[in-house]
Order: sequence, then C-alpha cells, then structure tokens
Amino acid sequence: MALSDKDRIFTNLYGVQHWGLAAARKRGNWDGTKDIILKGRDWIIEEVKNSGLRGRGGAGFPTGMKWSFMPKQASERPHYLVVNADESEPGTCKDRDILRHDPHTLIEGCLIAGVAMGAHAGYIYVRGEYYNEHVVLQAAIDEARDAGLLGPNACGTGFDFELYVHRGAGAYICGEETALIESLEGKKGMPRLKPPFPAAVGLYGCPSTVNNVETIAVVPTILRRGAAWFAGFGRPRNSGTKIFCLQGHVNKPCNVEEEMSMPLKELIERHAGGVRGGWDNLLAVIPGGSSTPMLPKSICDDVLMDFDALRDHKTGLGTAGVIVMDKSTDLIKAIARLSKFYKHESCGQCTPCREGMGWVGRMMDRMVEGRADVAEIDVLEQVTRQIEGHTICALADGGVWPVQGLIRHFRPMMEERIAAYKARSAGTAPVALAAE
Amino acid sequence: MTEHHEPTSFAFDAESNASIEKIVARYPAGKQASAVIPLLYIVQRQMKRMTDSGWVPRVGMDAVAARLSMAPIRVYEVATFYFMFNTKPIGRFHLQVCGTTPCWLRGSDAVLKACKDAGGLKGYGDTSADGNFTLSEVECMGGCVNAPILCVDDDYYEDLDYESTVKLIEALKRGERPTPGSVIGRQTSAPVGGPITLLDVAGE
Amino acid sequence: MAKVTIDGIEVEVPNGASVLQACEAAGIEIPRFCYHERLSVAGNCRMCLVEVEKAPKPVASCAFPVADGMKVFTDTEMVRRARRGVMEFLLINHPLDCPICDQGGECDLQDQAVAYGGGASRYKEEKRVVKDKYMGPLVKTIMTRCIQCTRCIRFATEVAGTAELGATSRGEHMEVGTYVEKALTSELSGNLIDICPVGALTSRPYAFVSRPWELSKADGIDVLDATGTNIRIDTRGGEVLRILPRTNEEVNEEWMADRGRFSFDGLKRKRLDRPWVRQGGKLVPATWQEAFSAIAAAFTAPGAKLGALAGELADVESTLALKELMASLGSSNLDCRTDGAAIDTSRRDFYSFNTSIAGIEEADALLIIGSNPRTESPVINARIRKRVVAGGFPVGVVGPQGLDLTYGHDWLGEGGATLRALASGAHRFCEVLRNAKKPMLILGRNALARADGATLLAVAWQIAAFNGMLKPDWHGFNLLHRFGGQHGALDLGFVSGLPMAKMLTGGVDALWVMGADGLDLSAVPASTFVVVQGHHGEAAAARADVILPGAAYTEKDAAWVNTEGRVQLGFQAVHPPGEAREDWKVLRAASAALGKPLPFDTLEALRARLVSAYPVFAQGDALPHYVCTNTAGPAGDISGLRDDALALPAGNYWQQDPISRASETMAECARTYAAPAALAAE
Repeated sequence: MALSDKDRIFTNLYGVQHWGLAAARKRGNWDGTKDIILKGRDWIIEEVKNSGLRGRGGAGFPTGMKWSFMPKQASERPHYLVVNADESEPGTCKDRDILRHDPHTLIEGCLIAGVAMGAHAGYIYVRGEYYNEHVVLQAAIDEARDAGLLGPNACGTGFDFELYVHRGAGAYICGEETALIESLEGKKGMPRLKPPFPAAVGLYGCPSTVNNVETIAVVPTILRRGAAWFAGFGRPRNSGTKIFCLQGHVNKPCNVEEEMSMPLKELIERHAGGVRGGWDNLLAVIPGGSSTPMLPKSICDDVLMDFDALRDHKTGLGTAGVIVMDKSTDLIKAIARLSKFYKHESCGQCTPCREGMGWVGRMMDRMVEGRADVAEIDVLEQVTRQIEGHTICALADGGVWPVQGLIRHFRPMMEERIAAYKARSAGTAPVALAAE
Repeated sequence: MTEHHEPTSFAFDAESNASIEKIVARYPAGKQASAVIPLLYIVQRQMKRMTDSGWVPRVGMDAVAARLSMAPIRVYEVATFYFMFNTKPIGRFHLQVCGTTPCWLRGSDAVLKACKDAGGLKGYGDTSADGNFTLSEVECMGGCVNAPILCVDDDYYEDLDYESTVKLIEALKRGERPTPGSVIGRQTSAPVGGPITLLDVAGE
Repeated sequence: MAKVTIDGIEVEVPNGASVLQACEAAGIEIPRFCYHERLSVAGNCRMCLVEVEKAPKPVASCAFPVADGMKVFTDTEMVRRARRGVMEFLLINHPLDCPICDQGGECDLQDQAVAYGGGASRYKEEKRVVKDKYMGPLVKTIMTRCIQCTRCIRFATEVAGTAELGATSRGEHMEVGTYVEKALTSELSGNLIDICPVGALTSRPYAFVSRPWELSKADGIDVLDATGTNIRIDTRGGEVLRILPRTNEEVNEEWMADRGRFSFDGLKRKRLDRPWVRQGGKLVPATWQEAFSAIAAAFTAPGAKLGALAGELADVESTLALKELMASLGSSNLDCRTDGAAIDTSRRDFYSFNTSIAGIEEADALLIIGSNPRTESPVINARIRKRVVAGGFPVGVVGPQGLDLTYGHDWLGEGGATLRALASGAHRFCEVLRNAKKPMLILGRNALARADGATLLAVAWQIAAFNGMLKPDWHGFNLLHRFGGQHGALDLGFVSGLPMAKMLTGGVDALWVMGADGLDLSAVPASTFVVVQGHHGEAAAARADVILPGAAYTEKDAAWVNTEGRVQLGFQAVHPPGEAREDWKVLRAASAALGKPLPFDTLEALRARLVSAYPVFAQGDALPHYVCTNTAGPAGDISGLRDDALALPAGNYWQQDPISRASETMAECARTYAAPAALAAE
C-alpha cells in the first residue's frame, strides 16, 4: 500500500512551494495549534504514545515514552527541548528538506513538544554544513515569533516558549544526544556517561529531551489527525509514515515520504526509478544509513522497510537512508570508505573507538587491495567485536557494523581479493613484510 | 605541513561585535560558553572580510576566550575538534569534496579530479598557486540523494559530474557565483524528471 | 546504603557509590587508567569494565552507580575479554620503549598489560607518532606514550586550577598538551608526573637517572614550606635522586609542591661539609676539636652575654638541644623569629593554623590577610581551591591587588585601613563573614615582619573575634608559616630574653645561629662571636667565626611541626656530606667541649625529654580539633596600625630557602617563569 498525497505530512518536501509562514499555513501548518496545546501535556504525551511514533533519528525509541521521562513537577531547574538537526549519518538527508522546505512543521512541533515536557526553551542544533538551511530555519522562527506563535504567550495559550537555532561545526559525533548537549554547552562533542540520562541531567544540568527533527516535525499532524491515523500506517510497532532517502545506484535518487513497512524493492522501484541496470543488477543495499549492516540482494528481494523486519536480518532501519549498490560496486571499498568516515569522526574519548577505528580502517584499506592474509579477516572481525559494546556511546558500534555486515555476507569476495593479490605478487615480497 | 603566518593580534570589529551580542543573548546567564562555536565562526568570517581567507588564527581563539570568560585552552580544544574551523589560512574559495560512500558511489572521484584539473590543485589540503582555491575532503554533507556534492564555502552544488564541476570552477574563477543546488536542474531532492509524489497537495 | 554482591561477596556501600568503589570494598581489584579518586570521573579508558547482572553490555565500573541488590561479576569471560581487548587497543599505538622509559618498573600500563593483556599483538599497521610538547623545566613529555586518559588535564583544571592542559583535535589524532607552547604555570606541576599512568609525563630532572628497584626509600617531611607534606625520599648510593609525596589525607592528600619535590639537587651544592674557624679574619678549615675550642673560649668567657637564634629550617630536637645548651650556659636570650615576624608565643593558637588544613573543607568563608597561599603553600592553596570549587565559599583578600590564586576572590584592600574596617565591622565583607557559620582567616606570616607587626597580629585576631571566627566549637584564626622549622621552635618557647634585633647589633658577645643559613649577619659587630650551624654556605656562614656543618632535613631523623601544629617525624634518607653531622649530635658534642654536657646521649633520650617538657609533642601526628574558648587576643593597639600595604614574601616561588637557592633546577624555573608579570604576582 503506497501512501497517498493526502496522507503525507511533509507536503513541501521538495520545496515546490515557499517555506514561509503564509504558505505553510495554507498547507495546514499551525492549524488549531492552540486547541492542541490547551488539551494539555498529558493528553499530548498519551496521543503520541498511542500513535506508535518511534524516534526517527536512528535508534527508534518510542517518542511518547521518552517525553514521559521528563520530571512532572516543576522545579527551579528549567526544562529544555533540544532538537537534533545534526543530520550527519552518511546516506541521510531527510531533515535537510524539513529545515529548508517545511520548517514550520518543525517549529510547530517544537512548541507542542515544549508543552509536553514543560520546556519553555528549545534549541535546534543544526549541523554546521547546513548553513543555508539554518538561515531559512532562523527566518521561519523569526516569522513565527513575530506572528505570536512563539515567544511569550505562544499561540495565545499562556505558555511561553522561545526557540533558538544553534549551529554545529562539523562533527558527526554531535548527533549523539549527550555529545550534542556538550557541544551546545560550548565544549567538545564528547558523549557523556549515562546515567544520569538527559531527562534528569541534560543541557546545563537541567532536565532535557533530545529529539530528531523528523520526530518532532510529524507530531503536529499526528495530533491534528489523531493517533489512530498515524498508527494505521505500517505494521504494528512500526507505525507511521517515514521519509526515505533513496540513493546510490538507482535511476532516480530522491527523498520520499512513504508508509513504514513498504517492501524495499517496491520503495526503490516505485520512487527511485529502480536499480540502475535493473533489479537483477543489484548487489547489496545499506538500508538505514551507513551504520546499518548491508543486505545482499537475496534479502533485499522481499525485506520490509521497518524497524523489526530489518532487525530480524541483523541490520536496522536507522535513519532510512537507503544506499543502493549495483554489481559494478567494489563493496570492500565502499565499506572501507565508511571505516574511514568513522575513524575521522571518532571523538577520541574511549580507547576502543579511538584506537580501534584506526586499526579497522587500516585493515580495511589493505582488504581493498587484498594485501592481507585470509586469517586477517578473522582478526578484523574480532577487532570489531572488541570495539562493539565497549564504549560510552554507540558511534563505535555503528562504526563497526558495516564491516561486520560485509564479512557476514561477502566474505568470499574478500578472500578472492586476497587470493588475487597473492597471485599478482607471487615471487615478490611476502605479504607480512609488505604490510609493515 | 607548511608554516603559515599567525597574526599577532585580533580584535572583533563592529560588525562582529553586533552579532556577538545577539548570539550571547540566546543562552542563559552564566552559560555564555555555549556561544563558543558561533563566535569562532564570527572570527572566521571576520578574517574572510579582512584578509579574504576564512580561518581562525590562534589570537582569534584567544579573543573568543576573553569574550566568553573561558580558559583559552578550552577554546583551542573546541577549535581543533570541529572540522569546519580552518586553523590555517585557506584560499579565496574553499572547495569541499564529499568523498563518503554515497557520493563516491555516484562519482565523487570525478568531482575531485575536476577540482584538481580546473582549480590547479595537487590534492587534498592544497591551496592553488593563485590563492583562489583550497581543496578539502569532507565527510558526508547530508545531501546524499543529490550526490555527488561539492560544497563551495557555504553552498552545496549537487548532482555533479566532471564537466559540470569544471564549469563551476571556471565560473568561480571569473568571479561568478552560480546558483547553488542541483546543477542538472532537478527540483531539489525530487527525482529527476520532476516529483511523482506531492502532486496533489494543499497550498499555494 | 546499598547491598551489592561482587563475585559472590556481599558488601554494603553508600548509595551513590560507584561499582568500582563497591568492588574495592569487597577487596577486588579493578584495573583502571583514567579513574583517579581525586579527580572527576572520565570513564574513557574502558579498562574497568565489569559485568552487571541484566546489563546487556559490560559497564564502566568507575562511572556506574550501585543499586541495591545489584550483582556484579569481575571475573567472567565477558570481563576478561573486554580487558584483554582494551589492553590490546592501548598498546597498538603505544611504543614498546619500556627499556628506555623512565616509567619502567612503576608503570600502570606495564603492570596491567602483564596482568590482563594478551601475549602478543596482532597489530601490523604503522604506529602513531606524536610530537613531544614543551611543558617547562620540570615535566618532560614523550607524548607518543600518552594513552589519552586525561588525568593530567583534569588535575590541571580541577586541582591545580591552572587550566592550561587540554586535548586538542579528535579521534586518533587527539593530543594532550597546551596547544600553544608554554611552560605550565602551576606550582603543583610535579603531581602531573605522579598521576600520569604511563611514561608520557615524567620528571625532567629525574630523566634516565634510576630505576625504581635500585632505590632506597625513606619517609620524610617536606620542610621547604610549612605544609608538612609527607614525602618519600628515594636515594641510591647516598644521594637523593627524587622526592615523591606520600598520602596523608589530613595534610597533603597525595599532592606535593614543586619546590619541595624538585629542589633536592640543591642538597649537593654549596654544602658546609666540614668545620671552619676564622683565623686572622679568614675562615680556614678546622677540625671539630678546633672548632669546639674556639667556641668554648668565646662562650665560657667570664661575663660573656650569650644568645642563640634558631632559623626556619631548624628541627625540633636540635632546637631543644640548643635551648638546653644555652640554659646550661646561663643564657635565655633565644629567638626563632629570624624573619622578623612579630609572633606572640603566649598562646599556641596565636601562631597556629587552628582551623587545620582539612578543616578548610568545613569552612564557609575565608579572609586572606597578607598572604599568597598559592606560593606560600601550594598544597594548602589546592585545598582552598577544592573548597571554592565545592561552592558557597566567598574569599576576600587584603594584600596586593590582582593575585592569581587559581580561584576567584574579592579584593578588599591592600593594607591597614582595610584591616581596621574589618576589625570594626565597617567593611562590607564583614557581613559575608558574619553570615557564615564557620568563617576563617589566613594571616601570612610575612605580613608580621614589619615594625607594627605585633599590632597587625592583634588586629587580625580582632577581625577573627569580631567576625565570628572564634567560637567554642570552631577556630577560624590561622597563621600560615612558611617553613618546616618555624612552628616547632615556637612550641619550644624559643623566644625569650633579648630579641633578635638586639642580638644582631651587639646585645650579646657570643651568638649561636642554627638553621638560618640565609640570615644576613653582616650588621653583627666584630665584637660578637658568631657560631653558624647549618648546611649551606650562604649569608650567615660569611659572617661566622665558627662554622659547624649540620644536616639537611633529608639527612637526619627529626621531628617537624607544620603550620597546623602537627608533629611529624622525618627519617634519615642519606648521611650528611663529609664531616657534617646531625645537628643534635653537634650540639651534644659541643656541650661536652664546653664542659656542660647535655643530659642525653641518644635521640631517644632527647625525645623523652622533649615529650616530658613539652606535652604538645606527645600527641604524635594527630591533631586535636581546635576550638576557641578564650577570645582574648594578642596585645596590640589597633590605632597603632599603619596604613602601609601588606607585603608578600620577596623573590620568586622557586628560590626561597638555602636548598632551593642552591638548586639548578629551581634556578632554571626562576629563569623560565621570571617574566615581569609573574614577579608582580609574587
């Protein structure tokens, strides 16, 4: 079942219309916001819970539950809403479209989320590279504030809410919620130890909740159209609509908002013009942004695009950045480039990630050439296991999963590469020496 | 690494000071350290205004530290942790080639080659002899459905190939600033040929 | 309290304790690199991972709070594998240069690699190389060895209060350093060497000097300031090779000041290593017998007026011996205030640091008068800073403006007028003090070294009395002494008869000067016969008629009293050089030569006399909780206080005593740091 346009939340995803408030209102944004807010915090949280909305930033944590962790009782410590617009997972460019084309979905969502968590201030942390996007977002916020939708007595509800934009400066790790908070506080983006969790001790030591852009931006429409409407899309526990980023070796790369749980093949063929050279030319797909282990064609043939189906195949929906690779792809090189990415983006705090990412990256570079022993594939696999689960944050896990996925599904390809290198260099220097 | 000249002093100019006041007001009292990244950007922009090279000299970091009552080392840490602060002078245009897998799959190698050929650049980290260009490899820019991408200063140029990249660089050399976005005329992130969804929506 | 089971051992630990602390309570050792009891928790090295029941992943025990009923496992396959993995990662980029590394033999990385690591490395790639950083004359860096645990950064930022160290760049390129090349400006920088778990930060003066297993160790007390820092003196072949702090929670925790740590090379230079006697106006080498004969002639001359001075580095036993010798010769002209400080010895709390060092942590407001604790006692200053960081601790300063104390303070004024206002309640800071429950003041000893010093002392006491610092359950008056010999001599009542100024200007015919090598005696008239007993050939020796070579603090068993009044024993680490002898022995031998043999032949006998005559020495190194039941203060007329600015000790931090003045290391520090700005801050 494909989504019809009337059920799409991001109706200006492509920026065909203007991003400004007037146009946004015509698209239905800011419609009845006051009434929604006046229904109160508990109703909002309950409705979001009932909608089945799970975080759109990668981890898929139930949003309503996350909001409910914020202290109910007001104290001297203010509460903060923090929006994660540090979209940096390779293969992901959905929030960019929301920021630049549909910013009022996000701004309205921020106000409602602020109400739901008792936060009178929100910070939207936009990745530094999205310079032009942040300019649009700031202008949209200014518009909203001028129109009384934000600021003191926002939307005439008696609720005060200020929203600020804060730019990052080029660090993938700041997409990790506690690193983002550190960065927002003016420090290096190094993830914090948990516990305490942000809902207890977050921004400036105050109760805070960090949500992805898309997560927040879908909330107003959910509340307008009802939890049941949103929950009606996708399989149970995987409900809703979702922006997918279809890219790589497809005929027509694009972003598209679709129903959850659509088969991967249908998604690619319906919206991205199919795999370059036809479906049978498919080699593998990274289904949910670079951290999610790749799937070989055999699984892609019928896998559904949702949290649970992909988890069953030892990968994940992640950010729904679908990276398609056809048979011309040097898969080892594609993954080696991701290893380089994670090496580059490791904050350097934890030993396994700081040291391990470099090791994995260098081994992967040799695997691209085949300049290795077959036994080193096992070493590589073991090193990834030694990194995984041993660090403060999940960057390290996400950084080694692509390699694990490669080995899991394409080990013979790696062995062939090594054999070819050995054949080429037979009679010359032994491999071990060459590796020095 | 080549040596470069570090200025001996840096003071925020009027334009910068005006921005700083607005920025610092966004954060609660006593939390002005939050403004460290925005202020480092201001240093970088002021250097661009003053010298036509957008970078953050050490004295600029010190000025940020003084303005925000931070220990200078804390600012040095931030300035070197985040990739977008240039701690060395750069060329007039900063050519940032995304080389991460999504762009690589779509031909970022050709974009790189075009930058080298047309920009007179030896490779990543190089600044062209005429001072026009500095070439950097950047990690995923978050524009993957419009890969490959070249970011010039703050602007994304998308859906590039070798020829279109050369054309872009030649235009920059002529002092032109082509409109950012898809160079093949796509409607942003919609599929080539125009949207096949969102054809029936409310609005203008 | 929470009940936690560690490997089947049940322990009870306070709520909020970490799993690591619970493991220690159960007697189970958890390997760690970044964790340090006295620093904030970083949780970055990942060496302390343990398994917690129901947790899907191993958890960092240093950072994970206990919960009641928690079950922790430290010896499972999951834990062993995690430790082996972390060790392997730490070693892949760590150079295998243990044979030439000064940390060898006392390296956490080495020890833990043996205990928890695998047998061989599987790493075939190129190792990382990191450029060394210049951090000044004391701390040597070999940054390729750095494991990025960030202990040094946290120490500098949190304890020393000089935020100069940081980690720049990120990922595997993250480097610890100052970014801008500069010498560390902390007087506590040597502690960085101790807390560095690897050989990245090592002692520059100790570079390539020795291996730990070659060293003999003796416990001592640092006397180069008055903190009473507990130290360990490492020696080999009769030479002091390095000095390290010992932990004493009540005194120095585990920190030590740089002057005490690094100036020991001064123990080998400019030493008085044999007796000298002045003949025909010139000092000539002599035997002990000749020296004693000359002394006997002068000190037993009929009608001769005698006097004795005990200086800042005189130990307790020798001071008592000198006092008894003078008594046996019929003289009570004694003065131990060789710096000219007008100290009132009529009550011990007039000259003690009564709040105690640990007590600073209980205080809730502080007034500093005429002192820069950062340079006079860096370790006490770190304790003050610790209290400041904990919050709710306003600090006011009367003295020079613009001191960098490593914590913020309220500058109240520079001298007498401000003090008078504080004593009368007219000053705005009085409200801060009187609103505090446990306010304290620290008076710098140097402030009393002026003509109206006695008045100043009286005014300081009045400030304490007036502002609620003197209570039946709290004593907030504190004198901060400057050297290890100063408090003990006061306890012995080494202040009687003629004051020093008189003795130095012809008031006595024969003068015995001990432990005051730097004292300027040039004004002493030729008619006064001067005996100088000490260890360094400085100003005092130049004027001596007889020089008796004594022992430095590392060369004798001796008691020392710190500024709090805490009596602590130091032990002989090496023998004094040449013919020099422990000072009490010199005095005992002299007394025999003078025909007035002192009634003790052993140190034990001397100490027995000490304890019986001065009960304060019987208490050992424990300190009573001082309270103030008598708020009557030292004599002095408040109206006599002059308005002059209070003066801090002259000169730079690194060269303040005969030993540090003889030290090449300290001289290099002085050269490195002697920028005009730094001098102004002294």
